Parts: sequence; structure tokens; C-alpha cells
Amino acid sequence: MVDMNTWFSIQQLYADYASALDSGQWDLWPEFFTEQCVYKLQPRENFERGFPLCTLLLTSKGMLKDRVYGIQETLYHDPYYQRHVVGAPMVRKVEDGRIHSEANYAVFRTKFDKESTVFNVGRYIDTIVQTPDGFKFAERLCVYDSEMIPNSIIYPI
Amino acid sequence: MREQAIHWETDGTSRVPFAVYTDEDRHKKELERFFYKNHWSYVGLEAEIPNAGDFKRTVVGERSVIMTRGNDGQIHVVENVCAHRGMQFCRERHGNKKEFVCPYHQWSYSLQGDLQGVPFRRGVRQDGKVNGGMPADFDPKDHGLTPLKVATRGGVVFASFDHAVESLEDYMGPTILQYFDRLFNGRKLVVLGYNRQRIPGNWKLMQENIKDPYHPGLLHTWFVTFGLWRADNKSELRMDAHHRHAAMVSTRGSAGQATGQAAQVTQVSSFKESMQLNDPSFLDIVPEPWWQMGDKMPTAVMMTLFPSVIFQQQVNSVSTRHIQPDGHGAFDFVWTHFGFEDDTPEMTERRLRQSNLFGPAGFVSADDGEVIEFSQQAFETKPEHRMLVELGGRDVGETDHMVTETLIRGMYAYWRKVMEA
Repeated sequence: MVDMNTWFSIQQLYADYASALDSGQWDLWPEFFTEQCVYKLQPRENFERGFPLCTLLLTSKGMLKDRVYGIQETLYHDPYYQRHVVGAPMVRKVEDGRIHSEANYAVFRTKFDKESTVFNVGRYIDTIVQTPDGFKFAERLCVYDSEMIPNSIIYPI
Repeated sequence: MREQAIHWETDGTSRVPFAVYTDEDRHKKELERFFYKNHWSYVGLEAEIPNAGDFKRTVVGERSVIMTRGNDGQIHVVENVCAHRGMQFCRERHGNKKEFVCPYHQWSYSLQGDLQGVPFRRGVRQDGKVNGGMPADFDPKDHGLTPLKVATRGGVVFASFDHAVESLEDYMGPTILQYFDRLFNGRKLVVLGYNRQRIPGNWKLMQENIKDPYHPGLLHTWFVTFGLWRADNKSELRMDAHHRHAAMVSTRGSAGQATGQAAQVTQVSSFKESMQLNDPSFLDIVPEPWWQMGDKMPTAVMMTLFPSVIFQQQVNSVSTRHIQPDGHGAFDFVWTHFGFEDDTPEMTERRLRQSNLFGPAGFVSADDGEVIEFSQQAFETKPEHRMLVELGGRDVGETDHMVTETLIRGMYAYWRKVMEA
């Protein structure tokens, strides 16, 4: 469906994304997306039952930047580390240069003085496009199995 | 019950002992007195079970219950405990069934919980004799699923284990009922979806969070900066006669810096004068006709219905928030966002975008869960201590401003009356 180089670039995009989010440098996050992007964090229950509600619904790169500002300046929270483990991407189809691919993910959370716990588990359902700056997410939908959010989700998945 | 002794420093409730949040036996007494007797609990929306045979599994207090729609269109709520060996047989969270069958011994029940079938009830005939079977006086009518009393209003479903409970309308009282009817005014509701979070704190803290108009303009930068909820907004605090339920009513003021005397409200560290949204569509607010109440047009009405639910209107975002206790130190908090049947696609989009402010990742709600967790952590370490809720005085009464903790004092006045009886 895609050639080796393309597949390698997709793999690299996923790895770079996970690495950026685990670094805690939140300003890096919006740069993985196009200007008109869609980022959704949605419970599997809503996704499968056709309910549109998301835990986070951001429909432009500007909104992602506003979320970053919220994380840094406005949302009071217990600080934590997060660690993403992302499975191999599965390319579902390529249409008009848009690559539709998916990957499983698990995010572990570690709070100060606490053990590491499984925080959020699910799959990414993505639309990736080529831009002058390389591959970017036109859409990233994070559909999570985790039935109960352990209190709150502050940082991006 | 052998709950730890509790010491109130005063006759009133302006100093709440930490021990009200830390004791498992006291928690069980609360379940008994607030969730299982004399009170109504929220179970869901009619829109969640539109068709005959539809069901939704949920809880009243800590007990598992099933809300169903019978073939006659009536809504029933039954306890999810098989009459035979007590198994919580219903594992799906929603679906459609003609009957309920407990897989353990295949006892079957109608949608309203009547026992219909008991395998081998009359024994098993073998070699000319009948082996076993239920006793001759076994009457299926005596062994249905425990039915709850059900009340619906405006598309919202409540249930009670106590069949002698007062009517839902009397339970809410006229003051709260008018705010309830404003939101649930008869239009069909449309479910937009759910968010579920587990908050490691005592369930009462969530009621208190929505009876505390002091914190939103301080903890929540978005509220103070964009004028959504601020101490200088035109507001009212209302209660029922028992002071157990409340409505916090507020009308959005100006965004940005306040001037003159009102400037105190924006001299707080959470106010971000220079904050500009890259994408203002988070706050694409369009007033709706139903907001109107007399000559007022509240932009936010936060209702606490004791003990189980919060009804939210924050501008165009409307939701129910179901409090589901699990022991004294944690509760599950289930958000059901909805819209109305006559919403345009643009209004639905707007409600969904504004929901970014609420829920477990919300710009103004995520930190509510966090502060509840950190409060509970402190309570556990020194239950002999107490908190202070004296803003606006030490008494209980309705106000035309939000610089007061009177609603929390009111809730604990009711709590003391019931728990000390």
C-alpha cells in the first residue's frame, strides 16, 4: 500500500510524536499537526455507539496551542510524567495522498512519590498528509478503552 | 454502626469536621439514609432508552440497578440482583432485551422484573418419580427483582428504593423545580455522549464543589478571564426548604479587566489579562430562548440535587453529572452531555466544542477533580481536624451574590439533621 520509505517515515512520525509528548515540552505538540487539523480524545464507548462527544475536541492547530497554554498556565494539577508505548502503524488505505493509518498505544503515568500506573490505553486513528515540512497529522483520533479516567487528563495523549 | 466519634466545634456547620469524609461506617450510614431511604436518585435520561426493551445499567448509591423500558412504553428500574442466589447478572451496560435471564440458573424476569421462569420448578421426572423441584408453596410473584419507585420529569429519570418517598416535585421543592423545568422544559433530549472519571475523594466533595461559588472565579482562569463566572457577575444562590438542593445562578459579565471597585475580582493570580485564544471558537456563545427566566437571562445555572446528581448549564453546554460513591474515599463521576431535538447542526457543534471546558480533561473541570483528591489526602491524615466555611457568615440563607459559602453550610445543616437523628 505504501513503499518502504513512506512506511519508515510514518513509523518515524509516530516515534517522534511519542518522544515529544514524553519530553514534557508541550510546545512541540501542535507542530505535528496541520493548520486545519482535528485532534480528538474520545472514549471507545462514544466512538462505537456513534455519540459525538469527546473528552477533548480540538479542530484547529490554534486550539492545540490554546490547550498547551492551558496546561502551562491555567490548569491546576498534580504534575506527572507520562510514557507512551506505541505499536507498529497499520496503514489502512491511501486516498488522494492522504494516508489513513492506525496504531495501538498505552500511556503510563508516574506521579511524584508514586508508582507507575497504566493511565490510558487505546488506538490512534490517523490521517497523515505530506507537507513541505514533512508528514503531519491532518487528523488524530485517540479512541481509548480505559473506562475510568483516573481523575483527570491534563497532558495530550 | 461503630463510626468514629465526630466533633462539631459549633452548633452550626461553618466548621466541617474532616471525619465526615474519612469513616467507612459513617459512609454506610450515609448510603442507608441518603441513597436508599427518603431520597430520589438520578438514574438517567429517557432518551437513553427510547424503545421498548431498551435498558441501561447504572447505580443508585452503590447498588447496581437497571433502567428499562417495558413493552407498554413505561420506564421501570429494578435492582440488578437475581432473586435466587443474588448474582449481579446484567453485565452489559446498555442494550435491548425481551427479558432478563440470570445465566447462573436461568431464572428469567420480565422487563419490569417479574419472575417468569424457574428451571425445574416442578422437579424432574425420572423412572416414574419426580425428583426435586421447588416447594409447593413457592410463588414466583414473591420472587421478582427488587423494583424501585420511578419518577420522570422533562425526560429525566429518577428512582428510589423507598416506595414511601415523597413525590419528586415535593422532593425538589418549588424553588429548585423552576430551575429544573427551565432546563428540562419538555423538549426531547438528544444524548451526545459520556465521559467517565474516577475521583479519589469522598462523594460529598463533589456536591460541595458545585455549592461553592467562591472557587470558580479563583481556581478557574478561564472563568475569571473571560467573565464566565466571576465574583462581580450578577448572581443568585437558591435552595430548597431543607437546604439540601441548590442552584447557583449567574449571568456572564464583561470579559477582561474590571475597573473601579470591581477591580478586586481581576486582581487575582488566575486572571490572565493578556490571555488571547488562538481559536476563539471555544467560546462561540449563542444565547438560547430557554435561558430566559422572567426578566433575567442567566448564562449559567448549576444545580445540585442531593445526593446523586448535578445538572449543568454553562452557556451552551448542558450535561448531567452522576455521582456514584464507591466507599468513603472515592466516587465515579459520569457525565452525560446532551442537546435538544430542535438543535441545529451548528448548535450541536457549539455544545460539543464548549464541552472542552468540562469533563475530566476540561479547562475548568479537570482541576476540580484534582483539588478534591488533595483535600481527601489531607482529611485522611488528621480526621480530628476541621475545615472552615465561613465566607459570607456562619448562617444559612439565599443570597443575591456569590461571595459566600452558605450553600455548603446549608447542605451540612441538612446532613446533621438526618445523620444525627
